Amino acid sequence: MGTNTHAAGRSGLWSWITTTDHKRIGILYGVTAFVFFLIGGLEALFIRLQLAKPENALVSAETFNQLFTMHGTTMVFLAIMPMSAAFFNYIIPLQIGARDVAFPRLNAFSYWVFLLGGLFLNASFLFGAAPDGGWFGYLNLTSRQYSPGINIDFWVLGLQVLGIASLAAGFNFIVTIVNMRAPGMRMMRLPVFTWMTLVTQIIVVTAFPVITVGLVFLMFDRFFGTTFYSVAAGGDLLLWQHLFWLFGHPEVYILILPAMGIVSEVLPTFSRKPLFGYAVVVYSGALIGFMGWGVWAHHMFASGLGPIADSVFGATTMMIAIPTGVKIFNWLATMWGGQIRFTAAMLFAMGFIAMFVIGGLSGVMHSSPPADLQQTDTYFVVAHIHYVLFGGAIQGLFAGIYYWFPKMTGRLLNEKLGKVHFWVMLVGMNLAFFPMHFIGLLGMPRRIYTYRAELGVADMNLVSTIGAHIIAVSLLFFIYNVWRSWRKGEVAGNDPWGGATLEWTIPSPPPEYNFTVIPEVLSRLPRWSVTQMKAIPDVPPEPIHMPGGSYWPVVAAVGIIGMASGAVAHTLWIVLASGALLVFSIFRWAFEPFEV
Amino acid sequence: MTHAAAHYTSTGLDNKKLAFWAFIGSECLLFGSLISTYLVYKGRSVVGPTTQEILNIPVTSVSTFDLLMSSLAMVLALAAVAKGDKLWARFWLGATAFLGLVFLGFQFYEFTSFVHEGLTLKTNLFGSTFFVLTGTHGAHVAVGVLWLLTLLVRSFQRKLGPEKALNVEIAGLYWHFVDVVWIVIFTVVYLIQ
Amino acid sequence: MSAEHASERAHPGTGTYLAIAAVLFIITLVEVGVFYVPAFKPVLAPVLLVLSGLKFALVVMFYMHLKFDSPLFRLIFTLPLLLALGVGIALMFLFGAFGLGS
Repeated sequence: MGTNTHAAGRSGLWSWITTTDHKRIGILYGVTAFVFFLIGGLEALFIRLQLAKPENALVSAETFNQLFTMHGTTMVFLAIMPMSAAFFNYIIPLQIGARDVAFPRLNAFSYWVFLLGGLFLNASFLFGAAPDGGWFGYLNLTSRQYSPGINIDFWVLGLQVLGIASLAAGFNFIVTIVNMRAPGMRMMRLPVFTWMTLVTQIIVVTAFPVITVGLVFLMFDRFFGTTFYSVAAGGDLLLWQHLFWLFGHPEVYILILPAMGIVSEVLPTFSRKPLFGYAVVVYSGALIGFMGWGVWAHHMFASGLGPIADSVFGATTMMIAIPTGVKIFNWLATMWGGQIRFTAAMLFAMGFIAMFVIGGLSGVMHSSPPADLQQTDTYFVVAHIHYVLFGGAIQGLFAGIYYWFPKMTGRLLNEKLGKVHFWVMLVGMNLAFFPMHFIGLLGMPRRIYTYRAELGVADMNLVSTIGAHIIAVSLLFFIYNVWRSWRKGEVAGNDPWGGATLEWTIPSPPPEYNFTVIPEVLSRLPRWSVTQMKAIPDVPPEPIHMPGGSYWPVVAAVGIIGMASGAVAHTLWIVLASGALLVFSIFRWAFEPFEV
Repeated sequence: MTHAAAHYTSTGLDNKKLAFWAFIGSECLLFGSLISTYLVYKGRSVVGPTTQEILNIPVTSVSTFDLLMSSLAMVLALAAVAKGDKLWARFWLGATAFLGLVFLGFQFYEFTSFVHEGLTLKTNLFGSTFFVLTGTHGAHVAVGVLWLLTLLVRSFQRKLGPEKALNVEIAGLYWHFVDVVWIVIFTVVYLIQ
Repeated sequence: MSAEHASERAHPGTGTYLAIAAVLFIITLVEVGVFYVPAFKPVLAPVLLVLSGLKFALVVMFYMHLKFDSPLFRLIFTLPLLLALGVGIALMFLFGAFGLGS
């Protein structure tokens, strides 16, 4: 007995390059995303150092533009999204009782395209030409006329490549969650993390095509002289803003829903109490995803849309606070009356609630067009986004790391170090971002490389810079914790936390096939409910076939990045040759014997 | 392609078919954005040829008929594959691909004659939006033709029996969707000027 | 449930496919005809939209088999389609179509 795999070896670099195992791909995503998170953090530290005092000359204005553009682009596309993807990959099949995702090679392909896309974007630094038009690339600053260099070419092409990775993963996870659940795992028995992932992926596959089109227009304008964003030709610069934010607003829900899903797993476990109002939380998540399509122009209140549009979008934006608020109340009710264990994961989950509420309050303040006219494009908005994205999404993701690290490595992270990480980071983030509310209302715009002392924001900027560095220090504790615990941490066993969901029924780390026998699920909380499901045997009763690896996903990814590289170098033969490689690899992929 | 194993799935539906419908949903947003841009910019060109001056309705009507008939050929191809009728499967797959190529021929003719008459990508808003919209559609048709020819070759290699009908069905879904997008483009770009 | 079961429901026969093709053909003829008849000018857009909507529905329902397949496929297609329509209409409003806004 035992597994009967056709894997091309389970150790060595080649086995990682050709892996189609969702758990390995999850780890690849996680490590890569964390490295990019550090790079984005470094960019933030430089930004803060430059702004620490008025009329500073640490970096030039042009470098500063590259720093804030890359900081935003990196954190959104190369850190938060892929870190969420690390958990989608590792945890979803375990939570639904599956052996892998629906399309394992497509899964690998998504990772390699993401990695190469992230490297491509950052390669721009080697040419001294990092994107410098902001993470939102407004025209006509990003037109060829006003940005003649290759900075924006890197940005446009990099985002298109990353979009391919996200779309592929989107289709994969939709099918996985809908179609590969274990018997008895009805939709309304799914863990909330899985539900939020499903909603997120639906947003991905509907929103990314819109930015794809917007970017195609920009690319064609820059490369082929089309007139999509040309005012002289009768074009409208706002077309870009609409297309970008039609994507961009759903994108922020892509960033936050997975973290909300994580919080919805962690809180019940460490309150020893089921999530309060499971169905309501699920419906709220779906509603947020749907309503998120109706609010985009609140990013454009200062662009002269007119009173009707302003009113409509103001109203829809206020309304979306409702399902969000509902979730907060459900989380609080979950903890109320529970037996709270203040583990590091729990602290981060609670920190999420507190910080996200602050960010949500400033968000509601933005929803009023007249109020927003003062707030928009100032540091007040920077405060908002960092409270929801750092205080919210990042803390949620750290909660996930502390919660699921034992499952993924078989070892617990050190709790003491985790708590130090939490508290130092909490202090750091509030010092970094809270003053920004005031800085913004006092009139400091976003994206300026310096300011005059007369503005009266110098002291608060200095506090903010100190806060950013305190965040950095907190991360050192985390990095040390991971490095030490990976090999020498306390052994976790199957279920170190007393969790309710399926991933805690199997060994840590799980065997390649996850479950010796696909479980039959009888309730929403399989490990907590009175009707205990049948125990999962320790060894598989019959050999389990797992598909082996494949290198076509990597090759296809190389073809894609080759096309992007050829384009940025304005060299047609590279584009064509890479395209040929891509087509070739797709055919080989399609006809390769690969049994799922 | 891997053999169409009847794997257990939660919904009883095939993974690939489910994925493909999700893909088609996504493509609705892609083409929706392109068509919306075309509509938003309609009539705003500052210079250059306008729709009335340059669009050739009679010729485009023929190419529209051609694409509609190609959809008929596609469903007949699927029926033949499902029945195991090799001869007709190959005939109808080839016919679909051929009609697709004819459509592309019409597009090529149209694009070159427009350029000849002074409408390029760069000329004005109409040129930019028209060529990118119909060009994207044409690229989709081209991919479809390649897909169909691949299936045709597989059939000749005796690897496209009834057990592979799902693969042909999915190719059909793609093909019909591309046809349906053209139905919208023909109406919105050509007929409602 | 086997994976093939759901897709093997009532299959339209060749006759139905040919009939649909004929209907599509005729509707297209009517559309082109309407385009050329000056009397239709004021109602051109709505008439054409209805006719092409009919063609759209026929191809999707019958050729793409949506009428006979699982309702889940209908959901997966219709939701994004409605979303795209909504976005398109919203953009037209925002750019001043229908005589509104800037």
